[in-house]
Amino acid sequence: MRALLSVLAATCLAMPLWAQDSSEPLIERQGSPTQPIYDNPSVPDAETVVHPDEQVVAGLSSDSVAITASFDGSDILIYGAVKRETAIPPGPPIEVIITVEAPSGSATVWRKERKAGIWVNAQSVRIAAAPSFYAVATSGPLDQILRPEWDNRYRISLTHAMRAFAGREDVDSTVPFTEALLRIRKGEGLYRLDENAVSIIDQTLFRADVRLPANLIEGAYKTRIFLLRDGRVVDAFVAPITVSKVGLERWLYRLAFDQPLIYGLMSLAVAVIAGWGASAAFRSLRRA
Amino acid sequence: MQIYLPIAEVSVNAFTLIGLGGLVGLMSGLFGVGGGFLITPLLFFIGIPPPIAVATGANQVVASSVSGVLAHVKRKSVDFRMGGVLLVGGLIGSFLGVIVFNILQSLGQIDLVVQLCYVVFLGLIGLMMLQESIRTMRRSKNPTYRKRLHQHNWVHKWPLKMKFRASGLYISIFPPLLVGVAVGVLAAIMGVGGGFIMVPAMIYLLGMPTKVVVGTSLFQITFVTAFTTLMHAVSYNTVDVMLAVLLIIGGVVGAQIGTQLGAKLRAEQLRILLALLVLLVCGKLALDLFLTPDDLYEITAGVK
Repeated sequence: MRALLSVLAATCLAMPLWAQDSSEPLIERQGSPTQPIYDNPSVPDAETVVHPDEQVVAGLSSDSVAITASFDGSDILIYGAVKRETAIPPGPPIEVIITVEAPSGSATVWRKERKAGIWVNAQSVRIAAAPSFYAVATSGPLDQILRPEWDNRYRISLTHAMRAFAGREDVDSTVPFTEALLRIRKGEGLYRLDENAVSIIDQTLFRADVRLPANLIEGAYKTRIFLLRDGRVVDAFVAPITVSKVGLERWLYRLAFDQPLIYGLMSLAVAVIAGWGASAAFRSLRRA
Repeated sequence: MQIYLPIAEVSVNAFTLIGLGGLVGLMSGLFGVGGGFLITPLLFFIGIPPPIAVATGANQVVASSVSGVLAHVKRKSVDFRMGGVLLVGGLIGSFLGVIVFNILQSLGQIDLVVQLCYVVFLGLIGLMMLQESIRTMRRSKNPTYRKRLHQHNWVHKWPLKMKFRASGLYISIFPPLLVGVAVGVLAAIMGVGGGFIMVPAMIYLLGMPTKVVVGTSLFQITFVTAFTTLMHAVSYNTVDVMLAVLLIIGGVVGAQIGTQLGAKLRAEQLRILLALLVLLVCGKLALDLFLTPDDLYEITAGVK
């Protein structure tokens, strides 16, 4: 059983977490005892959530985002409630953290150095997978409501957004490079931490609006909702969001990748016709 | 008005793009440069991924150079024979340039080489043009100076001579062929049409009269950039036609206005303007290399 579990855990860690079968229901509870998806082997088994007294029930205002030509970002309302069989436990109040994550891509972070008077890209750190968008919304200050070991296990905060380094590192420390990636992407609005953006009513109902930026790439996004008490995750919930191009955007994208020669000739034709058209238009304009 | 670009996967302001296209089109009609050396960095600046900016920039240059060259054909200021020889050289050069590009890329130093190429060539050409046009203007104020009709130098002793009627030249085909090859190599490495190198080369190395230089340069650029666009679309899927259309809308109008304006301005004034523009771009690029950058770190997509 242990062997089976560790194999399962390893498989789940190895593949992207959002790679779910499309036939599955759109919203599915994860983190049940038989599916230790978030289990980090370094955390003892006793810490694993088993039959939580409090469970998340949640929904999204939409489970798909359509990218059209006039796409200018999108707001997703994430709402839900805490389901309990018993009374509200005493102690610190319930807290909620919501993350929205885009598919990952590889990236290279360069550091410039002055060589012979000019600044050139000298050292680099290659990152195998970092999401192109990652937002964290919380009901309170993140460092107060989430304990580091639980952050580590569920990979919640921004510092955990990056997965792994690719290839051999030839730098003394990768830390300044990963910090630079976070800093630059935060500056571009691609990585966000919105503390107090989740509102909770009566320790039961919660809601948050998450803004998806205009520079969205196509793919399967993942929303995670964590229920916390005393810095520990008591329940977690995962829901996918499908972001896809529609209409003209989709048609052009498919043509460019499926029929590149036709697409290229079409681009040229557009250019030549536009150039010729403008020339003709100006000539008739001057004659008139 | 924001618009989502399907291949670049970013959302940008449509009017910014039309304005950019217009500015570059104006340069194209006025100076006979394709504008690739302006549009590619400007697209980087507004957040278009570099490979998309290079490929789509080439497509936009096709449109503005077609627009410009047609206006020049009307004015009979295109030397088709010279353009053809330059084009043959250009395609050979572009092929060689792609090989050099791949070697540099495998060494991981392509960005630096491209930047240095820009600084060195723009600097040299800009200074050369500025000096030449100032000298010409001084002479034109001095009535005793009489310009020689033809300047004969070593280039005119080469074999395989050909008559270029529109340019009023009778020279060996090797100088234009070599100019074409050199421009092709640089164009492939720097991702530009090469007009800003070719125009001065045609004036100073080949001795072509200024009035046919712009049209002939645009003629050659049209074909080289069309070839480049197709290569990028087929091998890297980096041409964003939505982005191109917006740039083109501004570009073709700008190119027409530029050609009209160019017919009214005097050739020397035009050359001073181009020289100043070239030096300005060069200065900006050189500063980027020498000044301490705001952020020492930079992210590039993909693993090198």
